Amino acid sequence: MSEPDTPGVTAVEAEPAESVAPEIDPRPRKLVLNMGPQHPSTHGVLRLLLELDGENIVSAQPDIGYLHTGIEKEFEVKFYQQSVTLTDRIDYLAPLSNNLCYALAVEKLLGLEIPPRAQWTRVMLTEFTRLNSHLVWLGTHAIDIGAMSVFLYCFREREDILRIFEMFSGQRMMTSYFRIGGLALEPPRGWQKRVKSFIDVFPSRVDEYEELLTNNRIWIGRTQGVGRFPLEDMLDLGVTGPMLRAAGLKYDARKAEPYSSYEKFDFEIPTRTENDVYARYLVRMEEMRQSARIIKQALEGMPEGRWTADAPHVVLPDRDKMKTQMEALIYHFKIVTEGFRVPAGEVYQVIESPRGELGYYVVSDGTAKPYRVHVRGPSFGNLQAIPRMVKGTLIADVIASIGSMDFVLGDSDR
Amino acid sequence: MIPDEIKTLPVVAALVEVLPESVSAGKLDRGELTLEVAAERIVEVCHYLKHEQKFVRVSTVTAIDWYPEEPRFEVVYHLHSPERNQRLRLKCKVPGADPEIDSTTGVWRGANWYEREAFDLFGIRFRNHPDLRRIMLPETWEGYPLRKDYPVTGDRV
Repeated sequence: MSEPDTPGVTAVEAEPAESVAPEIDPRPRKLVLNMGPQHPSTHGVLRLLLELDGENIVSAQPDIGYLHTGIEKEFEVKFYQQSVTLTDRIDYLAPLSNNLCYALAVEKLLGLEIPPRAQWTRVMLTEFTRLNSHLVWLGTHAIDIGAMSVFLYCFREREDILRIFEMFSGQRMMTSYFRIGGLALEPPRGWQKRVKSFIDVFPSRVDEYEELLTNNRIWIGRTQGVGRFPLEDMLDLGVTGPMLRAAGLKYDARKAEPYSSYEKFDFEIPTRTENDVYARYLVRMEEMRQSARIIKQALEGMPEGRWTADAPHVVLPDRDKMKTQMEALIYHFKIVTEGFRVPAGEVYQVIESPRGELGYYVVSDGTAKPYRVHVRGPSFGNLQAIPRMVKGTLIADVIASIGSMDFVLGDSDR
Repeated sequence: MIPDEIKTLPVVAALVEVLPESVSAGKLDRGELTLEVAAERIVEVCHYLKHEQKFVRVSTVTAIDWYPEEPRFEVVYHLHSPERNQRLRLKCKVPGADPEIDSTTGVWRGANWYEREAFDLFGIRFRNHPDLRRIMLPETWEGYPLRKDYPVTGDRV
């Protein structure tokens, strides 16, 4: 139908032998596979460049920054109290841990004394945050490896936790409940009943998850012996949290550098020595039980009293006082319009977030806005270890390995 | 000047003895120890602290921009020793024109991304860094957003 005499056509017909049997290159070929940023098991927008030799990983190159929103810059133009809402959005699976760390850092600069009731409420809700985060981790980690039903069980309990957050703060996720100087609102009436009904059944729920996974042959086959690399490398690369504890290092900031009266609570730091994906799973399961223990103690021993510090220049006055007392009205006006001044200095506050070491470095120059805030998110440090962790393993194990890290990209990219 | 109250602390005493004149100042404020280190000796100091003083972890490396003061930048290192349960902050002053400092990736591999972040957002170059590229922003981005003369809203200057 077309011109039969085109030079191209005749050229192909002239040498058919070469195109039918191409020469086979005996050297092994490397393939570069782009995983992410929209891959479902990267839990956000992590991009991994995997160099493959068959099914083996030769090298891996993580690429982050897709969720960078300039939060650290944003801190510099907001009053100290206004920035609390930014901290929620850094690690969106552990907003209260971020609220707490930031509030503690600024309170340290201000030299504020926080009343026991606020401290205990903070501990209780931060532990709920840990449960919330671990439940999302467990559900998604299991779904990555193929255990679908665990996800549904986890989200059943997570829903109860989000309802408790809503009861306290009015928000399910972006709570902003811990403010500089204490809590945003007085704990609501009847919270004890809600927390009690949750905590009474929760340990049996953890048993339920474990029943589905711990002795499950497929789960064990996919996780045991996977994702191992030595503890020295972890420390060197900046890995923190449950990953270190699964490698045998008994370190937890709640015990080592207690904050917000954690020293008054009785709990264990679970550790394992196997240092694989399975050990990290067991550590986090045990952490959930320990968190439940802490919540129970907080529920039973909750002190009475104020929920904000006695610092009229920092903490907004009660509504009724503001409407009846001139002085309270003046303080209210000043705090809202010009914030509060924080003495010059610098503080690096560390807490144990569900993912590891969360640090806020706050530098004040004596004005009402921070001069510089740097957030040391645990995910950022953990992600750095991916090349080391997956090198030489199989591509199928990459999913299990990075799942065991439990990172949140908002936390690493800020 | 190193104040007398911190001269007796084991870490400071050891540093002053082993690497004299590497630490120019220090303070103990709100329970946190800060040492000012001469920028050209940072790798030496870090190496010593890691291998002899058990500061096996670098928590974070970041910077502060003191614009328009000179030297304009401060590079801040937060070190941690889980074994001693101690934290330590090191600071190096870096000039505003052509800000450069030696990379500590040879001491802790974990410093890699933190230094890349400081390079990306402050424009501080780390000498001998194995992979000094932008990490948060696209490669084509112009300017360094965490500098104080970079606007929060509106057009870039």
